[in-house]
Amino acid sequence: MTVNGERYELLVDSRQTLLDALREGLSLYGTKEGCGNGNCGSCTVLLDDKPVDSCLVFALEADGHKVTTVEGLAKDGRLHPVQQSFMEHGSLQCGFCTPGFLVSAKALLDRNPNPTEHEVRLAIAGNLCRCTGYDKIVRAVMDAAAQGRGQRTAG
Amino acid sequence: MREFEYAAPRTVKEAVALLARANGDARCLAGGTDLIAQMKEGRRSPSLIVDIKRIPDLMRLDYVERRGLRLGAGVPCSTIYEHPVVREKYPIIVDACSLVGSLQIQNRASVGGNLCNGAPSADTAPAFLALNATAVVAGPRGRRQLPLTEFFVGPGKTALAPGELLVEIIVPPPPARSAGNYLRFIPRNEMDIAVAGVGSVVVLGAKGVCKDARIALASVAPVPLRAHEAEERLRGRPLDAEAIREAGALAAAACKPISDVRGSADYRRHLVNVLTQRTLYACLKQLGVTGES
Repeated sequence: MTVNGERYELLVDSRQTLLDALREGLSLYGTKEGCGNGNCGSCTVLLDDKPVDSCLVFALEADGHKVTTVEGLAKDGRLHPVQQSFMEHGSLQCGFCTPGFLVSAKALLDRNPNPTEHEVRLAIAGNLCRCTGYDKIVRAVMDAAAQGRGQRTAG
Repeated sequence: MREFEYAAPRTVKEAVALLARANGDARCLAGGTDLIAQMKEGRRSPSLIVDIKRIPDLMRLDYVERRGLRLGAGVPCSTIYEHPVVREKYPIIVDACSLVGSLQIQNRASVGGNLCNGAPSADTAPAFLALNATAVVAGPRGRRQLPLTEFFVGPGKTALAPGELLVEIIVPPPPARSAGNYLRFIPRNEMDIAVAGVGSVVVLGAKGVCKDARIALASVAPVPLRAHEAEERLRGRPLDAEAIREAGALAAAACKPISDVRGSADYRRHLVNVLTQRTLYACLKQLGVTGES
């Protein structure tokens, strides 16, 4: 499979989830296991550019597919706008859920660069955060979208 | 999790052969959002997993004017509700598929899996029941078709015999002047299991008379079911406030809910009454008929 643009060949047990393969097989520890049953979204990665819960995908199913984890968001040492925005808005406390939120938010902005607040809340409905109460997260995503628009009109 | 064999066949024939060899101890894997969670919890422990996503027949979504919609059992919910033909012709499918779990879940979970899981609360079941959908099933003795109303046998149980798999759902083309809507009640805004769900499809004839109505319910009986008496009451009558009120009451009488942590049986019956009326008004609105509410 291709992870963050690099091709990997992995030997996995049939029971291994994509989440386990990323963490244990490839040492990509950004993706977190929260609930392990698809409720919390901490393990969100992009599979062929679409957000999925990697705890509910067998590693074998990802054979031949493209995976993007939170480690793939920053490019050439520069944070993704949504990462930068999370920092500026203080959108994390313990930080455990943050990688999942960042991946969900990136996927949203890729397909809808101009989301309404409702659309942002819908896009992150599958990610749970027990610390921030979501408002700071929503503001960060909205702001990252606004900055993206500014950059595009400026460029 | 118990050890299991994993196979990803390329044809239905291969899949059937694999399932037959496993003697009922196999499960098909589509999106896996129910199955993998169940395996982690030890509620299911198949010795063989047959991943059906590499079978082209099961990943197909197409519409043929005469036959209607052919929906491969493995097509994920988000692919379905983003499809232009589905959006144009089957708004009720869009309603149902965009309510299944989170976005992460919708990108994996298939309608086929949602139906085969056999949950009484399956959000896609009322939509497809109300659309008069047919299930195409393949097994060791070839293919058979059965109306979706015969597909659900009990909680977690379907009419699939060991060695059989769901290939596709066929939805007839929507009749002229028809509309459909699915609504469910959950205690929060997103991501929950329905306390009650109602899907309605109506076909209008001349002068606002109801030519046909199909009302299906989820989460309020051991299996998703149709509310036949409510449908009967609407057929041949103008879809006015009185008819809609009666249909709501009859739908509520048709269900056999349990009381559990999500709601009491009485509460669920009340919800079915309210949701039935709301889905019928939503259908009228879609058809450009101003219904009272």
